[in-house]
Amino acid sequence: MAGFGTTVGRPIYGRGPSPGLRFTVYAILSLVLMYLDQRARWSERIRYGLEAAAYPVQVAVNSPAATWAWLTDSFATRHALRVQNLLLQQQVRGLEVAQLRLQALEHENGQLRELHAALPPLAKRWLIAEVIGVEAVPLRQRLIINKGAHAGVHVNQPVVDGAGVLGQVVHVGPWSSEVILITDPEHALPVQLARTQLRTIAVGSGSADELLLPYLAINSDVKSGDVLVSSGLGGVFPAGFPVARVIGVRREANQLLAQVRAEPLGHIAAAREVMLIDFDPAHPAAPASSAALLEGAEPAAVPAKSGGSGDGATPAHKSSGAAKGAAAARRKPSGTPASATPP
Amino acid sequence: MNNRENLLAILLTSVVGLVLNILPLPYWLTLIRPAFLVLVVLYWSTMTPFVAGLALGFIGGLALDVFQGSLLGEHALALSFITYLAVRLNLLMRAKPLFEQSLHVFAALLIYELLLWVVDGWTGRSLSNWLRWVHTATGALLWPVIAGVLGRFHAPR
Repeated sequence: MAGFGTTVGRPIYGRGPSPGLRFTVYAILSLVLMYLDQRARWSERIRYGLEAAAYPVQVAVNSPAATWAWLTDSFATRHALRVQNLLLQQQVRGLEVAQLRLQALEHENGQLRELHAALPPLAKRWLIAEVIGVEAVPLRQRLIINKGAHAGVHVNQPVVDGAGVLGQVVHVGPWSSEVILITDPEHALPVQLARTQLRTIAVGSGSADELLLPYLAINSDVKSGDVLVSSGLGGVFPAGFPVARVIGVRREANQLLAQVRAEPLGHIAAAREVMLIDFDPAHPAAPASSAALLEGAEPAAVPAKSGGSGDGATPAHKSSGAAKGAAAARRKPSGTPASATPP
Repeated sequence: MNNRENLLAILLTSVVGLVLNILPLPYWLTLIRPAFLVLVVLYWSTMTPFVAGLALGFIGGLALDVFQGSLLGEHALALSFITYLAVRLNLLMRAKPLFEQSLHVFAALLIYELLLWVVDGWTGRSLSNWLRWVHTATGALLWPVIAGVLGRFHAPR
């Protein structure tokens, strides 16, 4: 009680355990929580409860921005709405045409694979969620969305928008969930160059408009403008989803690896609405089938199984199995196209 | 009693600090945004160490963990540690002019961020960015303002 004896002649309210003892208790409590959060599975339940408690505050904190968006929406002029309507109609027609072509291709693909039926659609179910919070800590690229376990969201569910991959779900609360974006430094995504089919890993840079490809050899065939698509390894994203476009390649003679930067195709900084997708595991491009390729890949990373967060590690850790696979692919002489389609 | 008012003010300002801490802002602002909740907790645990103390630090840290999605217990550990320091050393700091208090706060924020950094390193998260340290400087610079505002919530001694 030495620390407490020095008060300025006031009644001692804090009588009881000394600050040192109390700190020890809290420190042990924190360490236990950290251990459980890192290792044990049931700490997801604590988080689930805490996220439920946090939801009203998130909504309140987001309300000024939401009110502004609502106001601008409700007072949109007739003319602006007509223009938007026309644009949307054009877009729908374009998509319809593309869809016809796609169906023919899918059918052909099914025949080539000697499946005597058309392939099932890749996306079994999708869900539109609104962004109600943006992670405000520097270098952590996260979104909070307004759909949670009650709407069927589960951990590792892929999150996309119309233009490309955005990220995946990391924590699920009852009414809200947290999404880690592909630009978060803790996120690594197995990708493939669409032109050469060279496989590599895209790591988040911490800023919303940049991805890094740190594992490409200096002599690998990559140049500005190359489009990166997801490779289907890693068990979360299906193969062939657009991810990013290469915007800069730097090769220094004394380095073994090229320094490649890419710009995400999805509207990461401006996302207001996102799509959460469930994939049909029967489809050959679905992540489940390619995850089966990787011996040692945790089945928990397959999005079809809900709540399987593995050991609660970050997605970057989860895709480590895939990282190994892609690293192996990288060691081939670069330029040799690695096989794109999973057998 | 005075203490009850204090408790109310402490809870209120802590909630405001938390909201300021997690309010969505443009990216460049988030880089220099000080950890408001940490500053508020530091203030109350030096000025009223018997009303606000380790419990506030722990719960505030836990709230940061939940809202920022970090490892559960990480901010709780860091914040309760510097709260402990503040409670133990409150007399040392309370009598100092604001400028010197800012230096103390700077040191406390550095310890706080160092603890987070160590935990991040242990759990395999990314470390290699100096931007995470920026808020310690802005927090210390903002301390006189925070102390001035919070000082209105309780009677001068």
